[in-house]
Amino acid sequence: MADGNCLISNEWICGEYVRTRGQELTDATLEHVWITLASVAIGLVVAFPLALLARRWRAVAGPVLGLTTILYTVPSLAMFSLLLPVFGISAAVVITGLVLYSLTILVRNIMAGLASVPEEAREAARGMGYGPLRLLFGVELPLALPALMAGLRITTVSTVSLTTVGAIIGYGGLGNLIYEGMRSFFKAEVLTASVLCVALAVVADLLLLALQRLLTPWTRKSRKGTA
Amino acid sequence: MDVVAKAWTWLATGSHWTGPDGVWHRLGQHLFLTFVCLAIACAVALPIAVALGHIGKGGALAVNISNAGRAVPTFAVLVLLLLSPLGSHGQWPTIIALVLFAIPPLLTNAYVGVREADREVVEAARGMGMTGGQLIRRVELPLAFPLVMTGVRTAAVQVVATATLAALPGGGGLGRIITAGFRLTDTPQVVAGAVLVAALALVVEGVFVVLGLVLDPMRRRTGRRPAAAQRPPADQAPTSPALTT
Repeated sequence: MADGNCLISNEWICGEYVRTRGQELTDATLEHVWITLASVAIGLVVAFPLALLARRWRAVAGPVLGLTTILYTVPSLAMFSLLLPVFGISAAVVITGLVLYSLTILVRNIMAGLASVPEEAREAARGMGYGPLRLLFGVELPLALPALMAGLRITTVSTVSLTTVGAIIGYGGLGNLIYEGMRSFFKAEVLTASVLCVALAVVADLLLLALQRLLTPWTRKSRKGTA
Repeated sequence: MDVVAKAWTWLATGSHWTGPDGVWHRLGQHLFLTFVCLAIACAVALPIAVALGHIGKGGALAVNISNAGRAVPTFAVLVLLLLSPLGSHGQWPTIIALVLFAIPPLLTNAYVGVREADREVVEAARGMGMTGGQLIRRVELPLAFPLVMTGVRTAAVQVVATATLAALPGGGGLGRIITAGFRLTDTPQVVAGAVLVAALALVVEGVFVVLGLVLDPMRRRTGRRPAAAQRPPADQAPTSPALTT
């Protein structure tokens, strides 16, 4: 097939497209990555104190879990639209929406992880003179890591795929290309962006898995059941 | 906030509710799509999940399908199906995409529910000479009911949410009010549409929570004999992260 032909005949797979629009694809991918990273990072920073509060006071746990679950049922298109008047058209709309979604899974998993820390480990640490802060960061958090990382992986993967919906306001990373390709019936653009998006999710998941193994060397002997 | 007041005015305007672009018509489309797709997904996924759970095989498959489903962007699948030859067949791209996204939670929850039905009870029933079919109908399904319903509820909410996205490629449903608002740069309409969609999603979630409680066969039984309270809570939070969708 001659060069440029697949662009004219509008084929699904088109090397010429990737070659000529490489810059556009890279930009969209980078936007996708930074929106995802920012959302997950902020989500983690917000979820952690929420989980600690919910663990400390039972009265907080109900409302926190209930509210985050309710937020999770709001469809993404509606969520981004509802945030639109607050932030105007900006990446903050998409990131805030994604952070709100991430809270459901992150708060639950951090709480589950902390709850799974054996009481004996806590007692032993207290007996060694650990204060509450040192107990949390030195003993409980490392032991809660497998559950936390499982939640982080789920959150990251779904954030990557939800980011595409941000295309409605022009901040959807690869979703922008999918939206544009849909408008112009440009098959190669849609397929390439979709494949890149799935690949991004898979790569992110594998990176987090590697990070988890690096951070929790003690689980490796009987590695089972966190995935 | 000004936009909120304007969105309220939009909602309070009678003419926005009638006609082919009106709220009632879009709501009807949305509910119709949701119902059809949920029914198809249940018809496909539940028998498979129950059969797999009964024989105790394919657990990795059920869970992995559910996890992989999360990585696939809904919007991309919708557009890909739309641009494929299927795209010229009316609503089929939307229906297929919605069914695809409803299947993973149904499959995983029903499988885990049947698989984790109290083994002792199942063994006892087998010892009483129940056949495989009787075992499924009288023992495993009633015990698995809360989890099966959790799956149906998750799937329903997911279908409602995804049906909203169908408006981006020009499908029907409530999402159209949002996308039309974007095209007109009419922010109050966008917000009004978003409020409607969010409210619908929450109502659907609530309806299924209530349905799950009311229809639970074990609940009725424990109602008659309050002594036997060995029923797991119906809205028990899924313990495995694989189940939270």
